[in-house]
This record gives sequence, C-alpha cells and structure tokens, in this order.
Amino acid sequence: MARVLFDHVTKRFGEFTALRDFNLEIADKEFLVLVGPSGCGKSTALRMLAGLEDITEGSIFIEERRVNGVPAKDRDIAMVFQSYALYPHMTVYDNIAFGLRLRRMPKDEMDPKVKEAASILGVDTLLDRKPGQLSGGQRQRVAVARAIVREPKVFLLDEPLSNLDAKLRVHTRAEISKLHQRLGTTFVYVTHDQVEAMTMADRIAVMNEGIIQQVGSPQKLYDEPVNVFVAGFIGSPSMNFFEAEVVENGEGVRLEGEGFVVDVPDDRADDVRGFLGRRMVFGVRPENIHDKDYVPAGITAAPTAVKVDVTEPMGNEVFLHLMAGDTKLLARVDPRTAMRAGDRVEVVIDMERMHIFDPETKESALS
Amino acid sequence: MAKQVIALSKRERLLRAVSRGPLHVAIIAICLMWMVPSTGLFVSSFRPKDAIATTGWWTAFSTASEFTLANYQQVLTAQGMAQSFMNSLIIALPATLLTVAVAAFAAYAFAWMDLPGGEIIFLVVVGLLVVPIQLTLIPVLRMFASAGLTGTFPAVWLAHTAYGLPFAVFLLRNFFIALPKDLLESAFLEGAGHMRVFFRIVMPLSVPSLAALFIFQFLWLWNDLLVALVYLGGFRNVAPMTVTISNLVSSFGSEWHLLTSAAFISMMLPLVVFFALQRYFVQGILAGAVKG
Repeated sequence: MARVLFDHVTKRFGEFTALRDFNLEIADKEFLVLVGPSGCGKSTALRMLAGLEDITEGSIFIEERRVNGVPAKDRDIAMVFQSYALYPHMTVYDNIAFGLRLRRMPKDEMDPKVKEAASILGVDTLLDRKPGQLSGGQRQRVAVARAIVREPKVFLLDEPLSNLDAKLRVHTRAEISKLHQRLGTTFVYVTHDQVEAMTMADRIAVMNEGIIQQVGSPQKLYDEPVNVFVAGFIGSPSMNFFEAEVVENGEGVRLEGEGFVVDVPDDRADDVRGFLGRRMVFGVRPENIHDKDYVPAGITAAPTAVKVDVTEPMGNEVFLHLMAGDTKLLARVDPRTAMRAGDRVEVVIDMERMHIFDPETKESALS
Repeated sequence: MAKQVIALSKRERLLRAVSRGPLHVAIIAICLMWMVPSTGLFVSSFRPKDAIATTGWWTAFSTASEFTLANYQQVLTAQGMAQSFMNSLIIALPATLLTVAVAAFAAYAFAWMDLPGGEIIFLVVVGLLVVPIQLTLIPVLRMFASAGLTGTFPAVWLAHTAYGLPFAVFLLRNFFIALPKDLLESAFLEGAGHMRVFFRIVMPLSVPSLAALFIFQFLWLWNDLLVALVYLGGFRNVAPMTVTISNLVSSFGSEWHLLTSAAFISMMLPLVVFFALQRYFVQGILAGAVKG
C-alpha cells in the first residue's frame, strides 16, 4: 500500500549526529529490517518515519507525500513499541479499539474489526482483561492487534521481541512473518538481533554509527558483505578475521598469518594475486573450518596446525575455539569430532568462501 | 546447615527488634505529645462552661456526668457556625477544583508539549513559590475593588487559585513527566491530539497525584484566614469558619466552651477528607519522585 523513501536524511541531537545522510527506499509491501548495534541510529530513523522526532535535514516520503512536519497522527502509521505501550487503565478491547474510536467509527463497524484483529493474534479470549493481568507474550500480541486493526499504510516495529523469552521469540518471529504475508503491508522492523533480521526480512539495512553500511537481501549480505562491520555483524557465530600476507611460490598462492599458513584454492588464486606481498584482512566463516577427519567432499586444501582452547558441543554441531599461532579462530565442525580442549590438532580452513578486506579502509577488496 | 541459617536469622531479627526499640518508643512518645493539645481541645469541647473555667480537662474523666453537647448546639445555632461551615465549603471546594484543573492543563503543557522557552517559564512559575502572599494583598485587593469583586466568592476563588498554582503545577508536572513516554507516543500515532491524550491517557493515569493535590489544596484553603479576611471582609453572610472562629475569640474573650467546639467542627471535614483519600495522599507524594 505504501512506498517509503528516506532522502538524504540527517538527524542531530545538539552536537551529536544520530543519523548521517541516510538514504533508503522501502518498496510497497516490503519487509525491511533495520539492524545494528545499540546507538547506531536505527530507532531514530524509525521514530522520524513515525513522526516522533523532527528531521534535521533531508526529506521523508510516504507514498508520494513529503511528511516532514506532518504530525504523527496524520501519517497513517502504526507502531509496536518495545515496551508494548498498552494503556494500563483500559481493557484489551478498549486498547485495540482506541484508534478506531478516535476516528469516530460506528460501533457496529468497529466491533467486528476489533474482534477480527484479536482473533488473528489469538487474544480474543482476553478482551475483558486489563494489560496488568496479561503475560509478556499476550501483551505483545495485544500491541500487535492494536496496530493492525487500523489497517495502516506502514507498520513499524521497534524491537518487539526483545522482552520475550527465547522460545517465545522464535515462535513469534514466524508469526510476524505470517502476519506480513497476510496483511500485505509495508513493514519496517528495527532490531539489534541479526537472527531476527535474517529470518524475517525481504531486505536488511545494516547500520553502524548513524550510517547505512549495506542494504540487500539476507543472503546477499551473508555472501557478499561490503565491509568488515557487515561481515562480522551478519552471521552467528560471527565471521573469523585474520591478517595475513599474500605469498606465491611454486605450489600456488598461500596466506601467511601470525604463526600459521593457509592455502588458497586455485579458483580463488586470481582474487588474491593482485595483493601479492601485501598484508590483507581475511574473513572466513566458522562453518568453513572443518575437522580434518570430517572434511566435506571436494575440499582439497592442506590442513593447518592449531591448538584447541575450548569446545562447545551444541548437539548437532560443535563449536571449537582454536588458536592458530596467535590468531583466534572459531570453527563449527561435525559433532563426531574427537577434538578436545588442549589438543594440538589439524583443521582444514576452506578458503573457497573467503572474504578479503582492505586493512586500512575495512572495505571489501573483492570487486 | 539449614537449622543454623534459621537460628541466625532469628537472632538477627531479635537484634533488629532490640536495636529499633528506642526508635519505636521515641516515635510513639512524639505522637502522644503531639496529640495532647488536640485531645484537650476535644475533651473540653464537651464540658460545661463553668467546668472549663475552674478545672483542667484531664480531671473530666473522674466525673462522667460533666459532659454535654450544649456547646455544639450553641455554636451551630446562636453563633452562626452552620452558615460559616457552608461558606467555607463554598470557598474551598470550587477554588480547589479550579486550581487542580488549571494546574493539570499547565502541567501537561510543561511536561509534554514543545513550548518555546517552556523550561524557563516553568522555572519562573515554580520560582513564584517564594513570593510572600502578603506582598500581593494590597495590589490584588485594589484590582478586585476596581472590578467590583471584593466581598464576593469569585474573588477568593481567583485569589486562592492564583496562590495555589505554583506548587500545584510543580507537583503535577513532575508526575506527568514520569509517565512512560511510549504510552503517549503510541496514542499520538493512533491519531490522538493533545486534548485526547490529556483526557483519555494522562488524566486516568494520574488519579493518585490529582487526589494528593486536591487534599493539599483543600486543607490549605479550609484553614485559610488571611486571604478570606482580606478579600471577603468579616461579614457574617460570607465569612468562612476561620473568620467566625477568630471573631469568637475577640468578641467573647474567654468563651472557651464555644471556641473548643467551634474548632472541632472546623477540623471535622479535613479529617474526613484526609482519611477518605489518605491512600492517595501517600502514593501521590511518592508518585512524582520515584521515576526519572
């Protein structure tokens, strides 16, 4: 129903710049997630879109309408707050109906809408209760029901899952995705949790220090991060980084790190030849480091000697905290591994999927 | 192990009780001392005139037959105290409601609206707390005189409201600003303007602080003598109880039996108000301070 556009938006609080030259286009019906560490400006961006903060510079458009200076109440936007912000003195029914009553909707038109929204969220049996009598999960559902009942153009969610326990969070994540499909409304979702971003988003905008780092589909961000920040932020456990010098001898291209050496597979050799003799930052994800005894077929790289610091069995896999020379690496290996803390062992670091970054700019060196 | 823990905590409890003992004794002693004059007043108000003049109130309990309701009867009928009681109500109730209403609007604006220079205006309003009331009596009286308001109830309503506002605005603003910001923002997003947010969200959530302010202001106005005397004059048809009681002293000299019963009639309503709303009273004082 609505396209959203941030056009060169800057937000300053006194001396502090919370958002710097922020440009983002959110397509109609898209589920866009703003993700980043706390204080990165993601909530500020959302609050500006909602009309709760002034815009210092630039413009925000909803559909074709420039909304700078348009009060929150006239933007036709609904928001779910992290605290849920339910009105404690009203029943669940009155909470959901609040916005409709403000629009003076007749009772016979309002009543079915309230009940439908409540039943979509599964809170139709709680309509007579006050928020104080609800559990955290129920409150969260009421907050969402209150937001969808008005059928807003844009739906904003500010860390709506962070007050739920882990199990409920996973469940609600799927529910919100389903809700998005059902409503077909533009969703803008703010979170600091990259797992939420990856699982729900059509597109993710990764932010840091008030600046958008990269915008793209979850897979694109995972496979082709543009800088060290995005590479480290997306993916859990996060990517390993190490500095190494690119060296070529008769046998092929190798990376010489602090106290260890890794082979570069032939089909990636051309990517690094341009940096021969230079020290670069290399990134390799934990799942690309394998126990020597359980290497997937097709990976031919020579093993690298490492020392095991800690093992963390997860059941379906084991996380190994390794020391390769002076470099810390995290590996995510087959659960059958026999490696134990303190062992000196060999692992296969598969550089087929490596990422290369400039040590100065921290930008990706892959074109 | 467990036994030891329990034994220890028992000993601790005992120690605490012993160490707090003197504190409790002191508090009870102070309360009793505080209550002695009021108790004396109360007992005296039921004693005949001659008995009050000749013996102390503490001797009253030895001869029970001495008690009488005649003092109250005389005060309420012959001295016009019933009329004054009504006058006090007519003065205190509207003036209190007016103060609370105006202060609530102002406090909301200071707490939640983007007023240019709002902080400074708020500081000025609170700063007015230090202006002595006596400083304003003559200029305001002149103003009322030129407007033909002297001797009328609206004059005291306006005066009391004006004198009460600095504290009232201060109290309510600090309470309102401690309300969760998300609640108000959520209401704005749903399409509510400031008026709706004020009446539908802020007012219902602020009942404790409004009640506390109501009690404060009502007690203050009920006990006021100065403002009523200056702006109303001493005329019997408009005089509140405080004025009438003080007249009892001057015109009857040592009519203790009338004075004591009149004082008790005057104390009755504040006591009722206080006990009816005391739950809010304590809550309200703490309410603004806890968060923020």
